[in-house]
Amino acid sequence: MSTRRFPRFSTRWLLMLSVALLAFSLMPPAAQAIDPIELSDPALQQRYRDLSHELRCMQCQNQSIADSPVGLAGDLRRQVRELLEAGKSDAEIRAHMRERYGDFILFRPQWSLRNAWLWLTPLVLLILGLLVAWRVIRQRAMLAGTDEFVAEESQEQRADQ
Amino acid sequence: MNRFLLPAGVFLLLVMVLFVGIQRAPQKTVIPSALIGKPAPAFSLPVLGTTEEFDSASLRGQWYLLNVWGTWCPECRNEHDMLLEIARTELLPMIGLNWKDDDAAALEWLRVLGDPYDVTAADREGRVAIDWGVYGAPETFLVNDLGVVVYKHVGPMTPEIWSREFLARLPKTSAGASGAPIAIGAGS
Repeated sequence: MSTRRFPRFSTRWLLMLSVALLAFSLMPPAAQAIDPIELSDPALQQRYRDLSHELRCMQCQNQSIADSPVGLAGDLRRQVRELLEAGKSDAEIRAHMRERYGDFILFRPQWSLRNAWLWLTPLVLLILGLLVAWRVIRQRAMLAGTDEFVAEESQEQRADQ
Repeated sequence: MNRFLLPAGVFLLLVMVLFVGIQRAPQKTVIPSALIGKPAPAFSLPVLGTTEEFDSASLRGQWYLLNVWGTWCPECRNEHDMLLEIARTELLPMIGLNWKDDDAAALEWLRVLGDPYDVTAADREGRVAIDWGVYGAPETFLVNDLGVVVYKHVGPMTPEIWSREFLARLPKTSAGASGAPIAIGAGS
């Protein structure tokens, strides 16, 4: 039986591993590393950074265009920069992208008739749940009124008064 | 007995919703085009291999296909024979949008494999592709005689998709120009 061996992970190893993983997870996103182009105006640069994190890379789909190295993301970043420099507002730039690529390009989707049910379903479910809860509680309360014990108790209470 | 009816019903409904969701899941990877039912974006680009300019306004009044391709795109190679077959039917003009490609490589591709396009526009910087909402080649658009985008297919063209999604949408009398029955009042 002594031939069976298990790999030995000392607590020190585990600690070092978790520190390494933590360090990884705390690393800032590589956006600026992918796209080092700076806009002349720092205010525009900030808006550019915010916008490019809000727009989805359509090819990789789970990354923003700021984080993605693929060609199309680079083209879309160029488009955002050019629109910013042409004096377009953030809303205009979002609309520009949405006209071409649809709601899917926005990581924070906007209200539309098509997706209204998505936004409203939780509210409807909440109201439904409250209605059910209210009915159940009311029924319980009515049952409690016919309960012998409670009836006795209330009689006692009445007697006390 | 009765008190289990509602939860069971809700459960069954949920099962049905999830089942339909899973059944249709593969289609979710294709993002629907925001351009369907909207005017096709206008563009003017150099004709591949020439010094001429191609203006999309010259397509007005007729149904046409716009196929986005590049020599860097393996699926474009896979659909190429099908495109040649479609071109042979001469039902409607096919415009090639050569997306972010090397001109010489693109010309070589057309010379070796055959050229299904009536015109190939060279979108070297990918600006026109963005206007058309292109996110991956190959993509094929169907545009009607009013200049409205009718359909977009993402991925390689196949005989099934051609007959089901494209031929079915073409007007019965389509023979290129202005043959569509709905074309009354077209153009301005």
